Amino acid sequence: MNIIVDREKGLLELEQRISDLKVLNEQQLALRSAEGSAAAADGVSFANEIRMLEEKYASLLREIFGNLTAWQKVHMARHPMRPRATSYLAGLDEFVELHGDRTFRDDPAVIGGIGLLGGRRVMVLAQQKGRDTKENVRRNFGMVHPEGYRKGLRLMRMAEKFSLPIVSFIDTSGADPGIGAEERGQSEAIAQCILQLTKVRVPVVASVIGEGGSGGALAFGVADRIIMLEHSIFSIASPEGCAAILWKDASKAEEAATRLKLTAGDLKALGIIDEIVPEPLGGAHRDVEATVSALLRAHGRALDELSSMPIDQVLAERYAKYRRIGSWQAETERMVGAT
Amino acid sequence: MPSVTDWLRGRKSRQVRREPGLWEKCPGCGETLYRKDLELNLLVCPKCAHHFRMPAADRIASLIDGDFHEIAADLTPRDPLGWTDVKTYPQKLAGDREKAGVIEAVLAGFGSIGGIDVGLAVMDFFFRGGTMGAVVGEKITLLFEEALQRRVPAIVCTASGGARMEEGLVALMQMAKTSAALARLQEARLPYISVLTDPTTGGVSASFAFDADVIIAEPKAVIGFAGRRVIEQTIRQRLPDDFQTAEFLLEHGHVDMVVERHRLKAHLVQVLELLMPRRSAEAVTALPRATQGETSGDTWE
Repeated sequence: MNIIVDREKGLLELEQRISDLKVLNEQQLALRSAEGSAAAADGVSFANEIRMLEEKYASLLREIFGNLTAWQKVHMARHPMRPRATSYLAGLDEFVELHGDRTFRDDPAVIGGIGLLGGRRVMVLAQQKGRDTKENVRRNFGMVHPEGYRKGLRLMRMAEKFSLPIVSFIDTSGADPGIGAEERGQSEAIAQCILQLTKVRVPVVASVIGEGGSGGALAFGVADRIIMLEHSIFSIASPEGCAAILWKDASKAEEAATRLKLTAGDLKALGIIDEIVPEPLGGAHRDVEATVSALLRAHGRALDELSSMPIDQVLAERYAKYRRIGSWQAETERMVGAT
Repeated sequence: MPSVTDWLRGRKSRQVRREPGLWEKCPGCGETLYRKDLELNLLVCPKCAHHFRMPAADRIASLIDGDFHEIAADLTPRDPLGWTDVKTYPQKLAGDREKAGVIEAVLAGFGSIGGIDVGLAVMDFFFRGGTMGAVVGEKITLLFEEALQRRVPAIVCTASGGARMEEGLVALMQMAKTSAALARLQEARLPYISVLTDPTTGGVSASFAFDADVIIAEPKAVIGFAGRRVIEQTIRQRLPDDFQTAEFLLEHGHVDMVVERHRLKAHLVQVLELLMPRRSAEAVTALPRATQGETSGDTWE
């Protein structure tokens, strides 16, 4: 059960009451004007009630969503109504989907292709979860198989060949953990994508739009600029997986979510991501159009900035950026410090 | 610079603290083995050839000819997330040091193997399950960078449960950091060989372990992306016993060869010799094309 969907129930009831009342109000007004009566006193009192309910709604919205915990953000990132990769692809000026890894099959959990983003030619890589059960079965809940990563790898190479900057949208709970995936070399497929992105001679801008789960997300997530939507998450493992691995108890997922520092704010503070794109109060699904356009604008700005630099400088900075991640101390230093 | 003999001496003294049993029971055949005999046999069961997990120092001693110049030997992690569960992360690390006798999950350095100068990193499963955090990432990265500078091939022996949870996304990003350095080594056309030992999974498997030019696996080693338990929970059925073993991977085309521990050094030397242009004058004249004047401009030194 999604705890955000749960918390939204009160809001939805209120929304319904407001809209019912509005309909009633209009009916009354229409009735009165038809009767020719000017006594609109009852109608005014309805308007007041509507205003009161709307204020209550707004304050409830702030109360519920104003300050989400890490665990609540995990559920927001997994919200069934959250915009998917296809929502952002629909916001491109043009998009031509390219299918298949040329070896085994086309993985529907990955959508790739060439397109136009704010007038710029781009190569797009996206991870796609389903909207409903039927689509989720087809898209494997956004869990990518090796052939999906190999499709991505093929497109990364094509991007370099035609000087197309790479734009990626990340939304996966993790790479598929199944028999077929292991038989077809899930590790190698992910490893090759990561390696390719560290050296590809075009700018790369990645964004996490929902869940950024583990190596399966990183395969499309090595980039010159990493953007995260405000309520998306990016994590070494799912909180459930982390709890199962460390404490053999998946029910401690909430604790793991807090400890893992997987929110956009935490990761910006750790210096791992570059930009956070704010979401409407209540989450991206409350105003899909505004979220899509804000995220695509952020991609556009990053691409402009990177395209103005010589590609050798982009690559040198990409190397330096990852080279810096992870601090350590020298034992001897520490001992000096201790005395 | 510590030599292999210094290393072994150090390891032995730590082992006294670790107090290993005099006897080991072989998980392969159930035979009770004298620990010393087992160590003399490279931790391979003389009865059934079961390969025991090997501490990093022993592995290095089994591969390197003479001196081993360790790099970044004294690096220890910080605590980027301020992690605490039943213990703090620094407390967990202290426990692992005591248990494994090393201060992190990988040892890296330079030496020669069969007369060929190489960079060698060996992961140690006895330290935090060989997990990769910032220090493992840093040492592997330094190994690739320095191998490039010295223009020598690199070898990494992996043994890892994946990225280290207690360092969160910082640990995951080590996959990208090591890969970036590896890409540079590969672009310079220096060979990189990985040796996958039991077990190699998760973030290590999905980065430098499977990006090698030649991938060697030890017999029966468990190698895969997802852990067996995770897969069984996902598909709700028991997996066949040989699933994710070195032999299974060989059959499915993911590793070049399965090599038993006694023959590993010889195989590494042979592969490196065949991948690299000959260096000695004698070897060069032995190449028929070398007498035809212009061949390729590739040189190694």
